[in-house]
Amino acid sequence: MKTWMNSYVVRRLVRAVYAVLLLMGAVLPSCLKCHAQEYPYFVTYSQEMEEPGNLDIESFDVAGSPKGGNSFLGSDVEFEYGATGWWTTEFYLDGQATANESTIFTGFRWENRFRPLPGEHWINPVLYVEFEDTSADKTLREVVGHDGNDDLIVPNWLARQDKEREIELKLILGSNVHGWNISENFIAEKNLAGDPWEFGYAVGVSHPLKMAASAHECVFCLEKFQAGAEMYGGLGDADGFGLHLTSQYLGPTVNWTASNGMTVGFSPQFGLNGYSVPVLYRFSVSYEIQQFLSHFHRGGGQ
Amino acid sequence: MIGTAARRFLVLLIVALPLALFATSDGAWLMKVPARDREKVNPYRDQTDAVAAGRRIYVDHCAHCHGDDAQGTKKRPSLKSARVQQEATEGDLHWLLVNGNRGQGMPSWTKLGDPQIWQVIAYVKSLH
Repeated sequence: MKTWMNSYVVRRLVRAVYAVLLLMGAVLPSCLKCHAQEYPYFVTYSQEMEEPGNLDIESFDVAGSPKGGNSFLGSDVEFEYGATGWWTTEFYLDGQATANESTIFTGFRWENRFRPLPGEHWINPVLYVEFEDTSADKTLREVVGHDGNDDLIVPNWLARQDKEREIELKLILGSNVHGWNISENFIAEKNLAGDPWEFGYAVGVSHPLKMAASAHECVFCLEKFQAGAEMYGGLGDADGFGLHLTSQYLGPTVNWTASNGMTVGFSPQFGLNGYSVPVLYRFSVSYEIQQFLSHFHRGGGQ
Repeated sequence: MIGTAARRFLVLLIVALPLALFATSDGAWLMKVPARDREKVNPYRDQTDAVAAGRRIYVDHCAHCHGDDAQGTKKRPSLKSARVQQEATEGDLHWLLVNGNRGQGMPSWTKLGDPQIWQVIAYVKSLH
């Protein structure tokens, strides 16, 4: 019952992916030139901003079996919009399903990313500000403070009583070197109820399997794949900064971009200490609608 | 109270910012390209396969702003203009695709990687 292959979680995962594909299927007929080219990260943000006017719809899912608790599936749907060349805004809806417990909507998040420097540099900084209003969240889109296995075994009925209204700040640093993307995130999160600042980090590195594009359309050619690795974890809080009693994860990650522009990603991520969930399986589906608002204009979206 | 030096700095900032933004529009980005970047040569120049690949990348990433036939749209410039086809070198275009021109809505395309950037340039330059 406690393996990630728990049939309840698998059923929920299949339904979540099915719902996202249905949503994207509804969008597709009016959007034949949708295209996304994403780095294969699940937790780490890169320096890339959404192109101005484009809307990226993404679903991120994570399945895990915490020690001493029930298997779960955390899901979020994200709507990421390129407001300008230097400002991207994103809205998230979060939910989770826990075996033998319940399936619940856990809240929303709204984040904004700003790229302060024009041009491309060796290291490109991006500033990230997020407000979130969640409870019983299991999407694990970041790990901060002393987040760990024990937070994920609290029953949903109890966890829902703990409302988390938080401000999260990130310094995102990213570099592109000879086809490699290297991204580092430094995270500070503050519960507005008065808890101390909590800290975390995420690091990702990736490379396309082939750099140059083929002259002819292809489906499973190497240029459609990006692979890499991701590592992230907590760094304690203002009362005790460091790795003591924090969870840490590391895993390979890969994504594939289909000919119609849909990108599918997968990553098994392994807990590096006893405070972490042993394994997390992450899945993503994303779809980019280019010049989203033009689809509402007469003759637009062509 | 703000000191004289600080007041001068503020005035300079207020005047310089709009000027800087204006200066980067309408092709002024060309003035910012360093000489060593301007002289870069496209390793895919005149390669038929590269032009075809560049066409595919263009359709996926560029056509929604610059038009299917690269003639431009209401808000975005044509890539068949004299500025792009004659005035700008391959190195200039590479610099623009790497650095973008964010104030004018042109993002950086480093995520494509150098080979694909050069392939797009091969395609764009084939449109003259």
